[in-house]
Amino acid sequence: MAEKVIKSVDKVAENILEWAEAHGLETAFERSERIKPCPIGHSGACCKICFMGPCRLVGQDAEERATGVCGATLPVVSARNLLRMVAAGTAAHSDHARDMAFTLLEAATGEAPDFQIRDVQKLKKLARILDIPTEERTKEEIAKDVAEKLISEFGQQKGELSFIKRAPKKRQEVWRKWGLVPRGIDREVVEALHRTNMGVDQDPDNLLMAALKVSLADGWGGSMISTDITDILFGTPKPRRSQASIGIMKEDEVNVVVHGHEPTLAEMIVEVSQEPEIVEYAKKKGAKGINLVGMCCTANEVLMRHGIPTAGGFLNQELAIMTGLAEAIMVDVQCIMPAIAQAAKKFHTKVVTTSHKGKMIDAVHIQYDEHRAKEVARQILRLAIDNYENRKAEGAHVHETSPVIAGFSHEYIDYMQGGRFRASFRPLNDAIMAGRIRGVAGIVGCNNPRIAPQDSIHDYLAIEFIKNDVLVVTTGCGAAACAKAGFMTPETALEMAGPGLREVCEAIGIPPILHLGACVDNSRILTVATQMAEEGGLGDDIADLPAVGIAPEWMSEKALAIGCYFVASGVYTIFGSEHPAEASREVQRIMSEVWEERVGGKLEFIPDPEEILKKSLEHIDKKRDALKLRKYEPGRFGVERKLMSMADRRKLESVARPHEGVG
Amino acid sequence: MSKIIASAAIRGSHKVFKQAEELLQKVIAEKGEDYKFEFPDTAYYLPMIYAITGFEVKTLKDMKEALRMTQDLLHDEPDDNLWTPYLGEALDSGMATLFAEEIWLACRYIEGLEPEKDPETGYEYNGFITDTIQRNLGIQLVDGRMPGFAAIIGAAPDEETAVKIVRELQEKNILVFLSGQAKDKNGKLTSCTRQLLNQGVELGWDVYVVPLGTTTEHTLYALDWAIRASLIFGGHKPGDFKNNLKYTKDRVFAFALGLGEMDDIKWATGAGAINMGFPAVCDTEVPVIHPTGVCTYEEVERELDHDKIVQRAIEVRGLKVIVDKPPIPIAYGSAFEGERIRKDDTFIEFGGNRTPAFEWCRMRELDEIEDGKITIVGDDWKERYEQGGQMPLGILVEVAGRKMQPDFLPIIERRLHHNINEGQGIWHMGQRDINWIRISKNAKAEGFSLEDIAKIHHAMTHKRFRAIVDKVQVTLFTTEEDVIKWREEARAEWKARDERLAALTDDSVDTFYSCLLCQSFAPSHVCVITPERLGLCGAYNWLDCKAAYEIDPTGGNQPVPKGELLDARYGRYSGVDEYLKKASGGAVESLNLYTIMENPMTSCGCFECIVAIIPEANGVMIVQRGHTGMTPIGMKFSTLAGTVGGGMQTPGFMGIGVNFITSKKFLAGDGGLKRIVWMTKALKERVKEQFQKRAEEEGVPDLLDKIADETICEDSEKLLEFLTQVGHPALEMEPMI
Repeated sequence: MAEKVIKSVDKVAENILEWAEAHGLETAFERSERIKPCPIGHSGACCKICFMGPCRLVGQDAEERATGVCGATLPVVSARNLLRMVAAGTAAHSDHARDMAFTLLEAATGEAPDFQIRDVQKLKKLARILDIPTEERTKEEIAKDVAEKLISEFGQQKGELSFIKRAPKKRQEVWRKWGLVPRGIDREVVEALHRTNMGVDQDPDNLLMAALKVSLADGWGGSMISTDITDILFGTPKPRRSQASIGIMKEDEVNVVVHGHEPTLAEMIVEVSQEPEIVEYAKKKGAKGINLVGMCCTANEVLMRHGIPTAGGFLNQELAIMTGLAEAIMVDVQCIMPAIAQAAKKFHTKVVTTSHKGKMIDAVHIQYDEHRAKEVARQILRLAIDNYENRKAEGAHVHETSPVIAGFSHEYIDYMQGGRFRASFRPLNDAIMAGRIRGVAGIVGCNNPRIAPQDSIHDYLAIEFIKNDVLVVTTGCGAAACAKAGFMTPETALEMAGPGLREVCEAIGIPPILHLGACVDNSRILTVATQMAEEGGLGDDIADLPAVGIAPEWMSEKALAIGCYFVASGVYTIFGSEHPAEASREVQRIMSEVWEERVGGKLEFIPDPEEILKKSLEHIDKKRDALKLRKYEPGRFGVERKLMSMADRRKLESVARPHEGVG
Repeated sequence: MSKIIASAAIRGSHKVFKQAEELLQKVIAEKGEDYKFEFPDTAYYLPMIYAITGFEVKTLKDMKEALRMTQDLLHDEPDDNLWTPYLGEALDSGMATLFAEEIWLACRYIEGLEPEKDPETGYEYNGFITDTIQRNLGIQLVDGRMPGFAAIIGAAPDEETAVKIVRELQEKNILVFLSGQAKDKNGKLTSCTRQLLNQGVELGWDVYVVPLGTTTEHTLYALDWAIRASLIFGGHKPGDFKNNLKYTKDRVFAFALGLGEMDDIKWATGAGAINMGFPAVCDTEVPVIHPTGVCTYEEVERELDHDKIVQRAIEVRGLKVIVDKPPIPIAYGSAFEGERIRKDDTFIEFGGNRTPAFEWCRMRELDEIEDGKITIVGDDWKERYEQGGQMPLGILVEVAGRKMQPDFLPIIERRLHHNINEGQGIWHMGQRDINWIRISKNAKAEGFSLEDIAKIHHAMTHKRFRAIVDKVQVTLFTTEEDVIKWREEARAEWKARDERLAALTDDSVDTFYSCLLCQSFAPSHVCVITPERLGLCGAYNWLDCKAAYEIDPTGGNQPVPKGELLDARYGRYSGVDEYLKKASGGAVESLNLYTIMENPMTSCGCFECIVAIIPEANGVMIVQRGHTGMTPIGMKFSTLAGTVGGGMQTPGFMGIGVNFITSKKFLAGDGGLKRIVWMTKALKERVKEQFQKRAEEEGVPDLLDKIADETICEDSEKLLEFLTQVGHPALEMEPMI
């Protein structure tokens, strides 16, 4: 008998996959085995930007000798392909952000009456960053100005994006020195598309620097705008207990899966699902109630803010349908597989598309409109409720779930270290300096059945890092993986974390792996890293921190945009696959050596998980050495105690420093 | 683990909150919502609530509002499993506890229950710590005499241990607050205060041991005191909780010793203190919290060994204690300076008009004296000492050193008082030929000999003046004849010395000195000290600074070359301006030494007096620290003080040292002494002699009588009446404004 191939380390997913196989149903897991990747495109050697091609740049010494019809060399072609991917990823996050900004504007003007301004404190914080006056103004007045200012950044033609100045001073200087500061979000995306059009930018270095620039329009532009506005509209997350797994589907309730990325409609679904009339309607139809189920990053958004359980990440979308328990799966944009509408045909599940940007053959389309958001939400819920009676017995009924504590916004991470009055990053920085915490790893990104069994590298790295006293922050499908594995509990710290990290987790009461939200919320990692750099003791730039960023199971162009803005922000970033420019050594060299020299971060692609771990720890230790921190030794930590004499106290950052005697 | 502590603190906060709520309701029912309240002698309302939130609690209604704000800080206890984080929540609960305790104690004041009387011993606790006490401590906080603060909560396992711990803290000059109760090793509920009382240990501010009350909640008085330091000396604004708490963490070196079993309210109060950066060290099997960042080092530590607990606590707080102890058989430290010795406890005494006595410091050449040589002159001195009673005593301290200057002699001589007084069981008062020394029976029993007096002076003179004194030789005269003979010689030198000092003027020197000592507490203040203007704390004059600079060239006193005289009337010098601009980081651009009206001297907060302009009287008033009555400008000292401290120049208001009043340079640019229209009776009494001399020089010999005081008026209308009636010269002078 052939050895059974594990497709997912998410046990519930694996059960469903077995059930699906037994019932002759196909999923992305099988398709990824059946369809081999095109080797030329996979290695970045295919140029199809004009119709003289597509040209394949292959053969012996292709790097030096192969050219396309126009004469483009392999490095040019693969750099161009890469830039296009980064531009597309940036476009995705940023277009999402644009919708959020318009929703904020209409919430402020009253045109979208179902939306309110929930976090006034954060609104004011943002207003301060944008130099918008707040004194003696209503929250709506402030919000209107904030929204308009942020909307203007998409079409801004000159100058700098406003959030650039939220980065450490030194980082801003690096960006200015290399001409990396985005002028306007849309402008950088358009320019990237122009540059990669036939016959424009033919210099791999220049193309790749453009990738960093456009990615900054994502990280310090679109993504950051989206995170902040979402917090203002729906509340800044704080820790909540919930559950993770497809097993959260309920047998006796109407299961409504909210899938995709933009939280606006999902938020409305959360609200109206509690309305007595809707609950009553569900009961009338024989269900005990309505069970909202999150999927992909929409799941992360509603988990962080409302504790709505998550069914998992990207690869679980088809599987959710195969439980036979989903009355409806509501989708909007990004990472939605058209396969779900086909899978749904075998079950009673209705696939509901809601965005004009994302329609799908064989799905029901109910157009979302923020002016009557709740009404649309009710319509979708009623459709699901009406569908309850069509549920058949068939399906992979699974009910195992894992507990999760999620909701670690930047603001809460600040709060949790000292409460309302002493909030700061001093304890975290101290812990790193003292060697209790060796460093910080951001494990983010997607699932990809071609790279590894679902979640396996996410889970492996997360656990190995915490054993090595590395604090893990995670978002997106990485967060979903750790949640489903049951790692995001405070008990994990006690059972699995290294001794120093464990002590810190115990002092605060946190899991050693922190859920920071959706993939668009990687911007939270940027602002957290900035505060760490500014708190003192760990250098004065993100590039100085003993930290790494990893997207071990990536697949989306958005991941590549994230990876690039991490690098441009100074972070050593590792992706867990072959290089998308595997064919060009020159492009790889630029993205590691050249980038590191210029911006302090580099992007490397390492398929072997153990190698990722090894290089990450090496990098963290290298940064610790550079900061002259004590050598990391598990179980041995502490700082040199400076006992303060009166003279020492006088020298404390006083305005009036005693200066050496004059004369 | 920490969760146990967080849970206890959160539970405790709810208990304290409920207790405050109930008592407040009761008091409101009795007095009505508009009933006004303030703690005794403070300008800071309910200081914790004021410093953290900026809210001025003046009435019971305000307390209700403050309690509502407090409620927002309460949290639920973390769950047993799958808990959400609790550190931030526990710290908020701690702050809520402090707010609720403050309201509860305020209500107890209204109910007449504070300061508390010990139900067992009848001892009256200190209760709320006034602004006056806080400011009185001023210079001690910064010169190393009081490097740290301990709050002992609970009780030691037995009385001997309580005494041992407190003595050790005293010897390290650490101010000790006592509160709360715990069971001793026999299971009896008691407190450290009672344990010390039972052992006959002297308590009070003078000996650095201050019992606050019987409950844990009384610890709040100490925390109220600590947070006020930020407002008074730090110059931080009420409501600026970030800076106020950073100040306490960085500059107020306080810690808690939890003796005996901990309970929810102790943890809740402790969590409040941790907000301020004050860690707790406990003597029982408690969980520890070691990660740093909220406190400078550990937040909670345990030390079961009572021999080590004080040292451990000092390390945990990151405090350096330098103890200079001479080789004598009694304990030594500034904590013993305020100790008194009653007649009945006296074994022997010298001077004090009972026997002839003197203490004199003179300068010799290096080859003329032998370091460490102690000579006691007089027949049978040993026998006479052993008999006790009274004895003549002349103390001659001879010093020599390459960097020694005659100008330093009065400084060294003035320290002779402190040298003796810091010994436990010996006491000193006065100076020169009016000195008075007592040695207690206890000290004698511990083996204190006459020779030890000389040993103290030898050791301490070296320690205090090590950079300028190379040799110290001490001679004690014990016969009346010798004492009188040597006293004559001393008097001749004192006379010459006084004359030389009088000739020392601002114009006759080319260098002034800065005093930055207070920067450990008041980081933005710089004192400029001139021969005719001593420091506003009254503790440092020009010569002190000069000597201090010789002793430690990079220390708190730096030379300030006068530079060019830019304005003779107002006393503005280019060198002073240049120095100040640098030393204040640009905060102070220019200083006028002789006026209150334009760019006057800034203050740290520990000024002896405040001078304030009374525009309608065309003059100024002077009120000293500790005066609790109203003044003619409608503010009490405590309120006025709030406008002067924190290193800011406030034209029309200024902190000064008492002796500056009779300086020729006192407001010289504004018209001088004749501008004083109101001055407290106590001040008048204190400066009388010198004032009279100066008044005569100014041509108004009856000036003192023309100055009003609190017995004449406390408001400006009556003041004007009085001034007109007596024909005060200020009314005729050019307008101040």
